[in-house]
Amino acid sequence: MRGMEPGTISVRVWRGREDGGFAEYSVPRRASQTVLDVVTFIQRKLDPTLAYRYACRVGMCGSCAMTVNGRPRWTCRTHVAKLGAGPLTLEPLANLPRIKDLAADLAPFFDKWAQALGRFVPPAESKAEFAEVPPDSKARQAADAGIECIGCAVCYAACDTAAWNPDYLGPAALNRAWTLMNDVRDAAGPARLAAIAEAGGCSACHSHQSCREHCPKNLNPTASIAGLKRMVAKAALAGDIE
Amino acid sequence: MNRPTRAQSHRAHPAFWAFVAHRASGLALALFLPVHFWALGQAIHGEAALESFLAWTRNPIAKAAETILVLLLAIHLTGGLRILALEFLPWSPRQKTAIAGSAGAAVLIGLLFLLNLGAGA
Ligand code: SF4
Ligand code: SF4
Ligand code: FES
Repeated sequence: MRGMEPGTISVRVWRGREDGGFAEYSVPRRASQTVLDVVTFIQRKLDPTLAYRYACRVGMCGSCAMTVNGRPRWTCRTHVAKLGAGPLTLEPLANLPRIKDLAADLAPFFDKWAQALGRFVPPAESKAEFAEVPPDSKARQAADAGIECIGCAVCYAACDTAAWNPDYLGPAALNRAWTLMNDVRDAAGPARLAAIAEAGGCSACHSHQSCREHCPKNLNPTASIAGLKRMVAKAALAGDIE
Repeated sequence: MNRPTRAQSHRAHPAFWAFVAHRASGLALALFLPVHFWALGQAIHGEAALESFLAWTRNPIAKAAETILVLLLAIHLTGGLRILALEFLPWSPRQKTAIAGSAGAAVLIGLLFLLNLGAGA
């Protein structure tokens, strides 16, 4: 490992696919530098073949997440100074196939959103009246609590159930399903509830809260999933689902 | 599938430790079950067999093992109650308090058992 000269950061970066390895780089330390700045420096000045993803740089798009020193983070809003003086180790997000270098394949993550019916379904016939959504109703508050998800997959990478059970829908998809189950305008409630009552659905969650611990938007998928478990339990008791 | 090659610090938080304690105590109790049934089975072999087994359990090592067993049961019980509350009651922001409380209650049960043992001896 390269020495820690003052003013530089030693960075170990995963290169290649599953069978790749670490490459080491030395990057000048700067004020207010983010992990994404470090990666961009490497790509622009040291090795243009480095693959990684980002778009907004301001914590809105959810595309820049990586494994930083063993834990998943949004890199555009993670300041290097906050991580201590040691070397940085950067890898793609866990629990997803690796494509190249720091880019993980998010297809399984988003496929599971679709499987959890994580999209708004309008009623078949448009209603003459607008739906009334009282902002302080219980359902709307529950939906609001989970609505700011940016789809970064940090929670999915932090979730050990997602690592252990390939069928598990994961915290983000279930959190999205929960917001929709609390949306009075949505028409797919029963179908969605049936989808998330399946084997890899909400009941597979162990409530160990790693998703909540690491979500950069401070969302609480564990609470959303607990809400879904109650909904499923109620529906099962009422005989609406098996 | 890819796992970070470094130490997995994403697990370093109390709720995950509580999950591990709950899982480990459950596994240990499951492993103990056959011993429990074997001990009960001694009763079938007549009073003498059971009595000699019970006499053996009065030695200090058996007492220590019993205390650990009670502690495991308590950890699993209070942890299970915490999970039930977490999943079936409205979300409480005081999860760390709940974890500390369930761990404290488990230790208390273990200590009470030890005191009781001391009083019985
Ligand atoms: S609480 Fe559920 S969704 Fe969150 S990390 Fe644990 S198993 Fe995954
Ligand atoms: S719930 Fe949080 S961590 Fe998970 S995808 Fe949404 S914003 Fe990212
Ligand atoms: S680049 Fe958009 S969230 Fe980081």
